[in-house]
Amino acid sequence: MGEEFLTWTAGELGTKIRNKEVRPVEAVEAVLDRIEKTEPMTGAFLSIDREGALAQAEEVEKGIRSGRYQSPFAGVPAAVKDNICTRGMETTCASRILKGFYPTYDACAVEKLREAGIIILGKTNMDEFAMGSTTETSAWKVTKNPWNTAHVPGGSSGGSCAAVAADECFLALGSDTGGSIRQPSSFCGVTGIKPTYGTVSRYGLIAYASSLDQIGPIGKNVADCARMLSLLAGQDRRDSTSLKREPLQFEEDLSGEIRGMKIGVPEEYLDEGIDPEVRGALMRAMEMLKERGAVVEEFHLGMTEYVIPSYYIIASAEASSNLARFDGVKYGYRSGHAESLHEMYKMTRSEGFGPEVKRRIFLGSFVLSSGYYDAYYLKALKARAVIKQSFDKAFASYDALLGPASPQTAPKIGESLQDPLKMYLGDLYTAAINLAGLPAITVPCTVSGEGLPIGIQVIGDCLQEKKIIRAASALEQERGAFPKAPLDTEKGGI
Amino acid sequence: MRKQYETVIGLEVHIELATKTKIFCGCPTEFGGEPNTHTCPVCTGMPGALPVLNRKVVEYALKAGLAMNCQIHRFCKFDRKNYFYPDNPQNYQISQLYLPICYDGTVEIETSGGRKQVRIHEMHMEEDAGKLIHDPWTDSSLVDYNRSGVPLIEIVSEPDMRNAQEVMAYLEQLRIMAQYLGISDCRLEEGSMRADVNLSVREAGASQYGTRTEMKNLNSFKAIARAIEGETMRQIELLEEGKEVIQETRRWDDNKECSFPMRSKEDAKDYRYFPDPDLPPVVIDEAWIERLRAEQPELRGDKKQRFVREFGLSEYDADILTEFRNLADLFEETVKYGAQPKKAANWMTQDAMRLLKETGRRPEEITFSPDYLAALIQVEEEQKITHKGAKEVFEQIFDHDEEPLGYIEAHHLAAVADAGVLEQVIEEVIREYPDSVAQYRDGKEKVFGFFVGQVMRRMKGNADPSVTRELLREKLR
Amino acid sequence: METIRWDETMEYLEILSQISLTEEEKKQTAEELEKILDYMKKLEELDTEGIEPMSHVFPVQNVFREDVVENGDQREAMLQNAPEKKEGQYLVPKTV
Repeated sequence: MGEEFLTWTAGELGTKIRNKEVRPVEAVEAVLDRIEKTEPMTGAFLSIDREGALAQAEEVEKGIRSGRYQSPFAGVPAAVKDNICTRGMETTCASRILKGFYPTYDACAVEKLREAGIIILGKTNMDEFAMGSTTETSAWKVTKNPWNTAHVPGGSSGGSCAAVAADECFLALGSDTGGSIRQPSSFCGVTGIKPTYGTVSRYGLIAYASSLDQIGPIGKNVADCARMLSLLAGQDRRDSTSLKREPLQFEEDLSGEIRGMKIGVPEEYLDEGIDPEVRGALMRAMEMLKERGAVVEEFHLGMTEYVIPSYYIIASAEASSNLARFDGVKYGYRSGHAESLHEMYKMTRSEGFGPEVKRRIFLGSFVLSSGYYDAYYLKALKARAVIKQSFDKAFASYDALLGPASPQTAPKIGESLQDPLKMYLGDLYTAAINLAGLPAITVPCTVSGEGLPIGIQVIGDCLQEKKIIRAASALEQERGAFPKAPLDTEKGGI
Repeated sequence: MRKQYETVIGLEVHIELATKTKIFCGCPTEFGGEPNTHTCPVCTGMPGALPVLNRKVVEYALKAGLAMNCQIHRFCKFDRKNYFYPDNPQNYQISQLYLPICYDGTVEIETSGGRKQVRIHEMHMEEDAGKLIHDPWTDSSLVDYNRSGVPLIEIVSEPDMRNAQEVMAYLEQLRIMAQYLGISDCRLEEGSMRADVNLSVREAGASQYGTRTEMKNLNSFKAIARAIEGETMRQIELLEEGKEVIQETRRWDDNKECSFPMRSKEDAKDYRYFPDPDLPPVVIDEAWIERLRAEQPELRGDKKQRFVREFGLSEYDADILTEFRNLADLFEETVKYGAQPKKAANWMTQDAMRLLKETGRRPEEITFSPDYLAALIQVEEEQKITHKGAKEVFEQIFDHDEEPLGYIEAHHLAAVADAGVLEQVIEEVIREYPDSVAQYRDGKEKVFGFFVGQVMRRMKGNADPSVTRELLREKLR
Repeated sequence: METIRWDETMEYLEILSQISLTEEEKKQTAEELEKILDYMKKLEELDTEGIEPMSHVFPVQNVFREDVVENGDQREAMLQNAPEKKEGQYLVPKTV
C-alpha cells in the first residue's frame, strides 16, 4: 500500500473498502506502518492498540460482507483522544493520576464509532485533563506539529489533530471546552467541528468543565467531519444534557452553495492583538465567501472583553469539582507514602496532577469559596448570559459568523507555559462559542510565511450546523487543495 | 437563685425514600446485598459517568412537601456540595441549596403541653453516601458504595421545639406522614430516618437565640432524648461558668452519654455549592402538583377525626388505630365487611396491640384478611363462640391469616348450646359437689359462679354461657 | 473587594482542593492567581443588573429516568481499577 493511499480522505477510503478494492486490515496495516515511521517525529499517540485494531478490522470486514454497516466509514482507522473512555484501553487524560485506569465501558461516542465499523487505533495525546492550548501540559510526552516539529500542535486535542495531519489516521475524536478542537485544527491544517452543546453525548467523556465540554470530529476535510458528526450525534439517555434533535444530514450542504447567505465578521476579531498573517487569512476568507455570492460584512459583536474572565472562572470552578473524584480511592494513581486519609488525598493529588491542572483547581476552588462566590462565579454566570445575548443578536442578522481560531500560528515548543494568563488570552475567539453553546468549524485557509497553517472558524447559531458546513464547504472549494504537512521533508523532519 | 433556661431545638431530618432504584442510576436500593454489588459507574464516581434523575424521587419529595403544606419551587435545581470523604465517591454530594424543591411548610405536633405548629424551613432532595467500616486486621477503613446514591429528602425545621418530648412528637409525625404517603419506611434504627439536632439554650424570656451546636450520630429515639438532655446541660453549665458556647458540629456518643466536637483541620466547612452542570433543572407545573394532590392519601389527622365522627370511636382508640396506616386500613376494611366499628376497634387496639408486644413484630408488617376478622366478630355476636374461643381464633387470624370458620370447626371451638349435652355435664357436677349444692340452696349465691366455672372447664370453654346459666339455675333449684 | 492575604489563602485552598504545594510552588501559584484574578476584575465593569445567571446554556428541563432497576452486580468490574481493595470493598487509610 503506497503513500498515496494514506493521503486519501476517510470518505475515499470508505468507498474503496465498500467496493472491496481495499480490505480494512490493509488499511489498518498501512496506518500502523505509517505510525511506526512518523510517531517518533510527531508523538501524537499515547497508546496504540495494534492487536485490537487488527482484530476489529477482521470483524468489520465480515460485517461489511454481511451488509451490517450503513456508515460511509466502515473499516476506516481512527484515533480517540485520551479523555474519552474506551473499554479495556487505558484512558489517562494524559495525567499521572489516571495511570493504569482501564475503563469498563465505552464512551457513547466510541460506541457510535464501533457501530459504524470505524476502527480504533489508539489514544491520542492531549493537554492534561484538556487544560492547555499546546498539548505541552501532558504528563507523558510532548506532541510536535507535523508542519514543523519545533512547534506545538496546539491543544488540547493536539494529539488527535497532529495524527490526522500526519496521515497517521483518517479521522479522530477530539473534545472542545474552550477551543480544544478548533485551535489545534487550525495549527495542524486539519478540519474540526465543535457541535452545538448537547449534540454528542458526553457519557464517557472525562469531564473538564461539564457545561462547556463537547466531543467533535477531526478530519482531513469538511465532508469527512460532517459525515462523522452525523453518526456521532444523537440523544443519549445516559447524558441528561444531550439534546433531542432531528438526524443530522449534511449531504446537500456539502455543495457549498452559499449565494445570498449573510455572514458577519465581528470587528473585534480583526483588531485586538491579532497576528497580521492571521488577520490576512481572515480577510482572504471573507473575500472567498464574497466570491461565492455570500454577503459578508463586519459588525460590532460586543462583550468580547468579558469572554476570557467568564470562561476561565466557569471552567475552573466546574473543573475543581469534577476533578475532586481523583483521590486514589477508586481508580488510577495512589501515593504510596501516606499514613492518614487526608495525607493520602493530598499526596496522591499533589503527585498525580501537573502544575496547570493544580492552578485551575486552585482558581476554581477560590472563585467558589465563601466570600468570593458572588463576585466571581455568579458574576461569570451572568456575564455568560450577556455574552450569549450578544450572539443571539448577531444571529438575528447573520446566518453565520467568521473568525480566527487563534490570534496566532502555532508557537514554538516551550514558549507558552511561562505566562498562564497570556496563554488563556489566546482562547478569546474560541471560548466564547462554548460559553454560548454554539457550533463552529475550523477549516484550513492558508499557510503562513513560516510554513504554518492557519485555519478560519465558521460559527453558527445553536443547532445550525448545516449552515456552517455549507459555508465551510464553500471556503474549502474556493481555497482549492490544501498542502500536506511536510513531515517527510527536510522542513518537517527532525 | 439559679437562672431559668429554655432549650431551643431545630431538626434536620433525613428520610430515605423507598424507590426501587437510586436517585441518579438504575442500581437497586434494597438492603442487605454483599458490599458493592449494588453499584455502577455512576454511583461509584467513575470518570465520564453522568447522573440521570429518577422521576419517582421528585414525586415522593413533592408528596412529602404537599403533606407538610409546603410552598413548591416551580423551578428547582440540583447543586453540588463539595467535600472530601471516602464514603462520597465523587467527593461532592449532589444536593439542593439555592432552589430546594419545597419550602415554608408546617407540621402539627401534639404533646402533653398541647398542640403546636413546627414550621418547616425547607425540604430538598439529595443522594446518600456509602458506608465505611473499620477493618481491624489492616487498621484501615473499607468502603461499600451500596448505599451511595440512595435517594434522601432532608427536612429542615425552624428552631420551634423546646424539649425532647416535642422532638419525639415531631419525629413521630414525620414517620407517620412518610408511611401514610408510602414514600419511606422510616426506621431510625436502620438508618432510613436520621436526625441531626440543632440546639441552643437561652435565659427564659430572652428574645435572641443563643449560639447553637449541631449534633450528629443519633440513631435511636432514646439516643436523641439523651443527647438533647446532655447537650442542654452542657450548654447551661458553660453559660453558668461564664463561658461561651462554640458554634460547632458535635458527635453524640450514646455509650458515654456525651458529645464530642467533630471538627478537624481538614474540615473547612466551605462546601462551595454551585449548580450541577450535569443535571438540567426540574420544572414543576400546576398539572403535576394537581395530579399528586389528587393522589394524596388521607393523612393521619384527617383519618383520626373521621374515625371519631364516622364510627363513634373514642379519641383514644382513633389515635391508636391511626398510628400505623396499615392497621387503620385493616380496621376500616373490617368495618366495610359489616363488623360493628366499636368491636372491630377493640380487637385492633387491645388484642392486636397485646400480640404485637408479645411477638415483637413490627406493626407495619401486620397484614391479614379483614373479612376474616369481620366473620369472627359476627360469630361471636351470634354467640356461636365464646369470647375466650374468639380470642384464640383472633390470634390465628393475626399470626397466620387463618380462615376463622374452618378453624372453629376443626378445633371444636363452637359454643355448645345443646341442652342435652349441657344437662349431662351439669348433673355430673351436681353429683360431684354435694356440699356446694347445699351451700347454694342455703342461699349462698356466690357458689353459683363456681358451678359455671366447673361446667365451662369440662366443656373446654365452649359452653354457651347464657344457656349454661339458665340450665344450672333450673337444676340447682 | 478587600485585598487577599495570599499566604493564608493558599493554605485554605490547599485544604479545599486537597493538594499541597511546596513553599516555592505556593509563592509562584499565589502570584499567578493574583494576576489572573486581577484580570478577572474586568467583570466588575459589566452591568448585569436584572440578568439571570446562566448555569445551563439551553433551557432543557425535566430529564428523568423511570424507577426501574437496570443494573445487576458489576462489583468485579467496578473494583478492577481500585488501587487497594479487600473483600469486595475499597480499602482506604482509616477514617476515625
